[in-house]
Amino acid sequence: MSLLGPLLLATFLFCVGVYGVIARRNAVLVLMSVELMLNAVNINLVAFQNLLFPTDDAASGQMFALFVIGVAAAEVGVGLAIVFNMFRNRASVDVDDADLMRW
Amino acid sequence: MTAHDVVFVLVGLLTAGAAVLTVTSKNLMHAALYLAVTLGGIGGVFLVLAADFLALVQLLVYVGAVAVLFLFGLMLTRAPIGREALDGENRGLAIAVSGGLFVVLSTLIIGAFAGESTAEVTGPRIEDLGIAIFAEWVLPFEVLSMLLLAALIGAIVLARRESGESGEGNTISHIELSEGAEQAELEGPPAELPSGSRVGEERP
Repeated sequence: MSLLGPLLLATFLFCVGVYGVIARRNAVLVLMSVELMLNAVNINLVAFQNLLFPTDDAASGQMFALFVIGVAAAEVGVGLAIVFNMFRNRASVDVDDADLMRW
Repeated sequence: MTAHDVVFVLVGLLTAGAAVLTVTSKNLMHAALYLAVTLGGIGGVFLVLAADFLALVQLLVYVGAVAVLFLFGLMLTRAPIGREALDGENRGLAIAVSGGLFVVLSTLIIGAFAGESTAEVTGPRIEDLGIAIFAEWVLPFEVLSMLLLAALIGAIVLARRESGESGEGNTISHIELSEGAEQAELEGPPAELPSGSRVGEERP
């Protein structure tokens, strides 16, 4: 199996995530795009592990992917809590409205 | 072109299409459901890459938990529907940045890994993964569990109502929207209000 396929798919998903982060205004949708980017990186890690170093005893690539999944879950929890707080205080989840600290 | 490649192309096309629909969909609920399809497709990619355990973890954590969390988030924050309300004015900038990034990255990847391919796809078995977690990666594993605990407590503290049962004596902070964005006032509850009728709180 060629290594190019997973890497290009991961690149495409990452760029779609970048587009979502920049273009979307709803904070929940921005968080969803961040999830897309994290998952794209996971594809890269697993592809490098299983296609290039399948006999690595420490299974570094898959372990890193697991840790990324855990950190992403924590990030979603805290991020959604912050979005709820913002919605309660300002009655809006628009990221353009969160400009209290703009210089 | 082996059978692995064919299956991978099919799953990859499904995943990529669902990802594009996630960031372009006008309906918030549809965007969240397309995100669930994308994450499930990434689980399928893991299966094709012979990472069975990760595929199952992906299904459990992302399709099972994170997608539902996003659906809850969308339902609890009533947001306007429609492309004008969802997309900012910098769509052109977004297309330029992400397109340019894709071109640069894919050129680099094709230049670096064009010849790489393996005859058969193998990965570590699940028992090897378990041994690796608790032998080589035990310190990061414990640090990650502490991080998850901190995130759990932090999420509860952040999302809790400020004047609930346990926050009886807390002052209520709210932000005056009409005074302009830079006038963020933190106020306590008015003194003449009886303590039974806090602002934004209904008590029997």
